[in-house]
Amino acid sequence: MAQTSISFPNGLTAEDLLDIYSTMVLVRALDERIWAMNRQGKAAIVASSQGHEAAQLASVWALRQHAKDYFCFTYYRDLAVTVSQGLTPTETLKGFLAKDGEPLSGARQFPQHGAMLDRRVINISNVVGTHVPHAVGWALAVKLCGEESVVAAYMGDGATSQGEVHEAMNFASVHKLPIVFIVENNKYAISVPLHRQMNIGQISDRAAGYGMRGVTVDGTDVIASYSACADAIEHAVAGGGPSLVEVDVERYLPHTSDDDDTVYRDPAEVDEARKRDPLVKLRTLLVGEGLLSDERDMELRDVARAEVDSATDAAEAAPFPSDYDVFDYVYE
Amino acid sequence: MSALTVLEAVREAMREEMQRDPTVFVLGEDVGRRGGVFLATQGFIDEFGEDRVIDTPLAEAAIAGVAVGAAMRGMRPIAEIQFGDFMFPVFNQIIGEAARIRYGTRGNVSVPLVVRSPYGGHVRGGLFHSQSPEAYFAHTPGLKVVTPATPYDAKGLLKAAIRANDPVIVLEHKRTYRSVRGEVPDEDYIVPIGVADIKREGDAATIVTYGLTLHYSLQAAEKMAQDGVEVEVIDLRTLKPLDRDTVLSSVRKTNRVLIVHEDNISLGVGAEVSAIIAEYAFDSLDAPIMRVAGPDIPAMPFAPTLEAAYMPTAEKIESALRQLLEY
Repeated sequence: MAQTSISFPNGLTAEDLLDIYSTMVLVRALDERIWAMNRQGKAAIVASSQGHEAAQLASVWALRQHAKDYFCFTYYRDLAVTVSQGLTPTETLKGFLAKDGEPLSGARQFPQHGAMLDRRVINISNVVGTHVPHAVGWALAVKLCGEESVVAAYMGDGATSQGEVHEAMNFASVHKLPIVFIVENNKYAISVPLHRQMNIGQISDRAAGYGMRGVTVDGTDVIASYSACADAIEHAVAGGGPSLVEVDVERYLPHTSDDDDTVYRDPAEVDEARKRDPLVKLRTLLVGEGLLSDERDMELRDVARAEVDSATDAAEAAPFPSDYDVFDYVYE
Repeated sequence: MSALTVLEAVREAMREEMQRDPTVFVLGEDVGRRGGVFLATQGFIDEFGEDRVIDTPLAEAAIAGVAVGAAMRGMRPIAEIQFGDFMFPVFNQIIGEAARIRYGTRGNVSVPLVVRSPYGGHVRGGLFHSQSPEAYFAHTPGLKVVTPATPYDAKGLLKAAIRANDPVIVLEHKRTYRSVRGEVPDEDYIVPIGVADIKREGDAATIVTYGLTLHYSLQAAEKMAQDGVEVEVIDLRTLKPLDRDTVLSSVRKTNRVLIVHEDNISLGVGAEVSAIIAEYAFDSLDAPIMRVAGPDIPAMPFAPTLEAAYMPTAEKIESALRQLLEY
């Protein structure tokens, strides 16, 4: 491997950066495909992780490296987390097309929602913020069982206004639970900008109010995001309790496919946001450091495109779920 | 057998289940060092330790949400909500989330939790220590709701609720806590969820009820017996799932039915029971289905005269019975 000038945080290697990059390429290809399928009328509703991928993937890599075991409570924008946790391209697209064989909820729920316990992801509800107390409860159970596991609770900036999220953070801190609150701050909750959401400049400022550690990092920078997550995870593993890691990211697409952001967003601001595209940033870093050649990059992108194409075929060919058990699973 | 109050039966149920199963734990305001404001968990923190008897911050939504998360991971939390009147912050987590998790994950994740709370009035509790929130929960698919009114039922149903793999709301009428005493087996037993109990047999009319008004209904029935009229009294015990069979069999036998509950009359549990009887036992009815219930005012006032105006009492039940029988 070529010598680089990158200062790698403990636990992250050049190999990892390349793995993260190839995952990011795949996730982005999937992301673009689901938007295209929405515009074709095939995918009813789409929310994507574009702009957030570096932070999401960095957090997953940090969990794997720095925790013996871990669990992720995600929200609707965490496509990069679910895919890197093992939701296959075909399963992902089945979710967006509401097809049979979708593992998270059997297509009973919006795409990306439900649970895949074997792959350590729960994302039950898209009522904003309700999962954060669940994540804290899961961490409480971990502690009560004397097990070594860390919970990652992901949320957006808007979610941090919810009363239950405050209650959850307070509870976690009082009980020193092994949890990391990862706040993906893209400065918009649908159309509501940050200054209408809160009267503080950084969400991590809140952490002190709960008696926990808080940090804000550039969420479009894989290394900075990894570093912050790794610190927080190690702190939790050592029994130090929760942390709030705020990753500063950009949302340069509308909130979902049902949103029209031209109504509330200045196009110039969106263009500025695009300049922080984490995929471009990581590619630039890797190529600049001699870790990635243009040929290899092209190869990765072709492979990703091929995977997404074949997943699309498989998902489109799959039937909708039969209603034979639509009344089942209400009770045991 | 031991003679226990409802509160003692509740306490025993939790203690025995916590001894039996290490995944059972209690969380709520004041449940630890104080042993609960009604002393339901008295002695628990000494016996089980502060890890399993958790004094939470004053935050009902978090109490419920944390319980949901712990249950999803395989624990069996018993969340105490200090008064039924404080159940509303819990709705988002219990009605909005817990009820839907098994269905929304197609069976992959379940929520074996219990939320228990003292509810009901006629205790000079005023607007915010007297409410009956059962109907909101009983309306929600995915939840089970029980309302035991005797010590035997309280212990057996709470045990069943703790052992159940679905979210169960256990509402204990606070006036029964110390005023109702009864025989309770010393050996392990449960009362199955979803089974009503005929507390008094009769043939002239059926009362369908639950909670404190069970006892007032029994008093009214005893009065009627002095006139040679035997009224059957069914204690629903479980509001969700409702035991239709027991209710319908009784109606087919007596042909007249009075539904009694303390909760506000409109869109209460009585409305559902009434609809079921009308649909499935129409031909058996010799009179319209009647209800005696709390009036549609926002809960019980504090002054004793005003509280009495609200409360369905034995006298009001008896008066309704006489009307029903005269039809």
